[in-house]
Amino acid sequence: MTDKSAIFVNIGERTNVTGSARFKKLILNDDYEAAVEVARQQVENGAQIIDINMDEGLLDAEKAMTTFLKLIAAEPDIARVPFMIDSSKWSVIEAGLKCVSGKPIVNSISMKEGEEEFLAHAAKCRAYGAAIVVMAFDETGQADTRERKVEICERAYKLLVANGFPPEDIIFDPNVFAIATGIDEHRRYAIDFIEAAREIRERCPGVHISGGLSNLSFSFRGNEPVRRAMHSVFLYHAIPAGMDMGIVNAGQLDVYDAIDPELREACEDVIFDRAPEAGGDPTENLIALAEKYRGTDKKAEKEAEEWRSWEVVKRLEYALVKGIDANVVDDTEEARQEIFARGGKPIEVIEGPLMDGMNVVGDLFGSGKMFLPQVVKSARVMKKAVAHLLPFIEEEKDEKAKGKGTIIMATVKGDVHDIGKNIVGVVLQCNGFEVIDLGVMVPWSDILTAADENDADMIGLSGLITPSLDEMVTVAEEMDRAELEIPLLIGGATTSKVHTALRIEPAYAGPTIHVLDASRAVGVASTLVSQTQRDPFVEKAANEYDEIRTSRKGRGASKLVSLGEARANGFAADMALKPPAPARPGLHVFDDWPLDNLRNYIDWTPFFRAWELAGNYPAILDDEIVGESARDLFADGQAMLDRIVAEGWLKPRAVAGLWECRREGDDIVVMDGGGDHRLPMLRQQVSKRSGRANMCLADFIDPAGDWIGGFAVCTGHGIEEHLARFKADTDDYSDILLKALADRLAEAFAERMHEHVRKELWGYAGDENFPNEQLIREKYTGIRPAPGYPACPDHSLKPLLFELLGGGSGHNGPAGIELTESFAMFPTAAVSGFYFGHPQSQYFGVAKVGQDQLEEYAERRTVELDIAKRWLRPNLES
Amino acid sequence: MTDIAERIRAIAEERILVFDGAWGTAIQNYALDEAGYRGDREFRADQKGNNDLLCLTQPQIVQEITAAYLDAGADIVSTNTFSGTTISQADYGDETLVHELNVEAARIARRAADAASTAEKPRFVAGSIGPTNKTLSLSPDVNDPGFREVDFDQMKQVYGEQIDGLIEGGVDMLLVETIFDTLNAKAAIMAAHESGDRHGKTLPLILSMTITDMSGRNLSGHTIESFWAAVRHSAPLAVGLNCSFGANKLRPHMQAISEIADTLVIGYPNAGLPNDLGEYDEDAAHTRDKVSQWIDMGLVNIVGGCCGTTPEHIRAIAELVEGKPPRKIAGPITQTFLTGLEPMTLAA
Repeated sequence: MTDKSAIFVNIGERTNVTGSARFKKLILNDDYEAAVEVARQQVENGAQIIDINMDEGLLDAEKAMTTFLKLIAAEPDIARVPFMIDSSKWSVIEAGLKCVSGKPIVNSISMKEGEEEFLAHAAKCRAYGAAIVVMAFDETGQADTRERKVEICERAYKLLVANGFPPEDIIFDPNVFAIATGIDEHRRYAIDFIEAAREIRERCPGVHISGGLSNLSFSFRGNEPVRRAMHSVFLYHAIPAGMDMGIVNAGQLDVYDAIDPELREACEDVIFDRAPEAGGDPTENLIALAEKYRGTDKKAEKEAEEWRSWEVVKRLEYALVKGIDANVVDDTEEARQEIFARGGKPIEVIEGPLMDGMNVVGDLFGSGKMFLPQVVKSARVMKKAVAHLLPFIEEEKDEKAKGKGTIIMATVKGDVHDIGKNIVGVVLQCNGFEVIDLGVMVPWSDILTAADENDADMIGLSGLITPSLDEMVTVAEEMDRAELEIPLLIGGATTSKVHTALRIEPAYAGPTIHVLDASRAVGVASTLVSQTQRDPFVEKAANEYDEIRTSRKGRGASKLVSLGEARANGFAADMALKPPAPARPGLHVFDDWPLDNLRNYIDWTPFFRAWELAGNYPAILDDEIVGESARDLFADGQAMLDRIVAEGWLKPRAVAGLWECRREGDDIVVMDGGGDHRLPMLRQQVSKRSGRANMCLADFIDPAGDWIGGFAVCTGHGIEEHLARFKADTDDYSDILLKALADRLAEAFAERMHEHVRKELWGYAGDENFPNEQLIREKYTGIRPAPGYPACPDHSLKPLLFELLGGGSGHNGPAGIELTESFAMFPTAAVSGFYFGHPQSQYFGVAKVGQDQLEEYAERRTVELDIAKRWLRPNLES
Repeated sequence: MTDIAERIRAIAEERILVFDGAWGTAIQNYALDEAGYRGDREFRADQKGNNDLLCLTQPQIVQEITAAYLDAGADIVSTNTFSGTTISQADYGDETLVHELNVEAARIARRAADAASTAEKPRFVAGSIGPTNKTLSLSPDVNDPGFREVDFDQMKQVYGEQIDGLIEGGVDMLLVETIFDTLNAKAAIMAAHESGDRHGKTLPLILSMTITDMSGRNLSGHTIESFWAAVRHSAPLAVGLNCSFGANKLRPHMQAISEIADTLVIGYPNAGLPNDLGEYDEDAAHTRDKVSQWIDMGLVNIVGGCCGTTPEHIRAIAELVEGKPPRKIAGPITQTFLTGLEPMTLAA
């Protein structure tokens, strides 16, 4: 068979409300979007099956189960694994079975209520096409001894098989209970499980054995190192005995051999209930030992003191892997002198210990054991070492280190965003590529020239705003015209495999590859310079894009209604509810808003996302997988923020305005001073279920007269001198950190300004008082949609907004913000948008619009159809 | 009379069975207008295009087509009921006719098959159950991925109504075909078992998936292997593929199911892919040549035609399989065979 087989199957446990406090909170808060991400992470981290449990008193478990299952069914990278429907209530299990298209596992049924009900449930599971977990539980209770476990399982087996249930679809859970509790009856629980597992596998051919591991170490709650060691040691013995599945946190297992022998021995003693070598009681022994391992920090500190005494080559490797730059120049110099003393060349420091260290980093990152912030820190160490060596190398007229390949990287013309591009650049450099970074706003001609002059092996393009997608197509066309053959890599937040397949790849005859995120960049780039792997990879990608094009073509247009129908189904806001006229209409300019006032308004979750750490703040700080990395990053961010505020690195500037307006069709006409300013808005045309409106921002404005606001805030002024300083210090980590913080401050400023407008300038919410989490969740009245975002997707509304905000081009733009030809804002740490005060106003996505709206929009904007088409391209059918 | 499944399995050990071809193409040739579809009956809505309705309004046409397929050499003929559910008939306002329609369709096929049946070549009737245009696995609303237009119990009931009619009309087996949504198929399977229980019968099942994209998956995301994992509990008489692309492009997927199915394998491809006008122009000789690859590789036990095929195509296929060895059934699966979108086998 072609499919994957497995010897021990990891069942992900995080999508279980009884096992994960975080997941429970998400489900209770109805935050299914984040809950789906938990499932995705589980699968990404190696769960081969995911266990889903919604048994929580406060929940409608049937509804939560079915809602969640339907949502993850729509996510191919989650739905690829089988699901385990976990509940103690049969009604929840059956509701779940009705939503799963594959062959799932039911967890669990038992003979608790007698044979009849047990067999009825088993038959149902079979009719729905599911395998079953059978708990070692009968009419008299849960099995705790070996004999009872075996007896119950064998009885269940015989009943099931006699009723035609296939043995291979039976999984027994003989109950993992807590050991080392100090209670005598509990001493043999682990041995009993292991021995029972062996016997059940013998007596019941075809079945599997599973269990939930976390119970085992229950008495060591809060002491993760000991819990991990207990689980690992237990599995080490239970797997050969026949336990071939387990509900475990794969990230929380240690390699048996790597466990401290003293701890390992103590775990074995409690698991097998035997006296420690030194005598005494195994439980007391482990409890005494456990204190030593509580909090890994202590161990790390010990290690931290130690490593400075190691030999220099080891020190360099350690510094690279840990990202410690404090001593790297001294260590590099020491290594250089050592090599020099034995007649070697300075280049050997790079080719030897430094590259060895970076290879370790590359491997750890590649296998998901290290995360982006750490890699960028490692790169900083590497760059500092290389910077120290360069003068010596040049003096020796040594050849430059020969890298794996040369990559030209650029943010395309019209776009100024570069955090992602810089991260990719750093990661590629760590892996031995020479990266020639052309910066931002790079026209295609410069890209082609650089590729030619540097004999580049590939070109990487990045962009964040939607108009950059068109610019990437232009670069591809020009590469084609220049008859280049080197690969073109596409990355950045708005790019996608589909867009690459439909628009970019057909424009260029050479290989064109969409790279999803920084972690994929190394693999893609390495493959493309490999003589053996390149062609198959390129061919596979080309086929994949071809398939995307074919399936898109086959799929046809999404179901749109005519603009007339969409308008007729517009949102009917109740204009009796509209807010009163502003307390302070007109324009308000703030040229030096206090920075420390913004700090508390920061939404940290996107900060972590910028570093490709998945999870929501603050839960991410305690995440099993990325928690440590997130905590370090957060501490570094806070430290830099302290300095930004204390030393006034950034100067927040803002403009906000409130004007009279009225609605005319889908236009909002702003009456400012003498003239009318027309703001044409787009309307959803996707066919809606009855009861759902085809929304347009104009729906929230009263034709009989109303008010609207606009704003632009920027926290990027002053950033350049600090970025230059980091650059001079070859410190990419601080460079990216500062940019990411400035972006967060800009968003925080937008939040703060919105509050100021609601409470003071417009004043319709004078008594509102929300903590920051609720601000982030947009609990307040009114919205602030930004041009270029889903409710108002056309970036080209920005010049109209800026004109209202006081006009001025270049540095004289509102809040000192400049607009590029693609309507990107510079400095990049800036936010602009409109204020709608109507209590029924809400965010939505315009999504696809039809040809009729496109044509009408061109007229309303008084531009040629082609220009409107370019503006709206992301919202048009491909 | 021995059990139908046993009889077919016995024949399938000796030779390759022939299944019928398309209804749509054959009916098109009669060029019926609105009045033609209505026959003597009165309707409020337009009926043109409601092919299943012809079982009631033009039974002789349905009978003629069935006879033509039997004459061409089909061992198994299907009922003209691909759209015979209340969901599909709602498009024509004919929900109330569903029961009658399925009973009559089954009777027409039954009579034709019995008339053509001989001791050497017994003929069988498969009650055709189409997928409907509703899906249990996907949301029709892009903004609301958790939304579903129907639920499992509704689909089960809808299928159950159709199956009751087919069983009452006397079909030998049930054919759940053109399965684009595996969960719909699971509802149909359960409906078949429950309807069988109501009638005190166990009818053999044939399950035929269709592939909707070039990566070899149906709309709910399953490959033929993962589909097999998801429906194997129903112990069907046959499993396989229909419609999709022509026989050439279906071959690797037919091969995949042929290697793992511990039951009979069925395949009935389209006559190639539709041309720019949406017509199938692959002639009988072409289809036969493409299907011959399947036969040479020993991939099928039952073979026929789907969209664009005619009695001529079936005759060509019947001639082709004459005397050719049938596929050998794969060894039983004894390992745990789970699936999400990807299949997963647990080591024993």
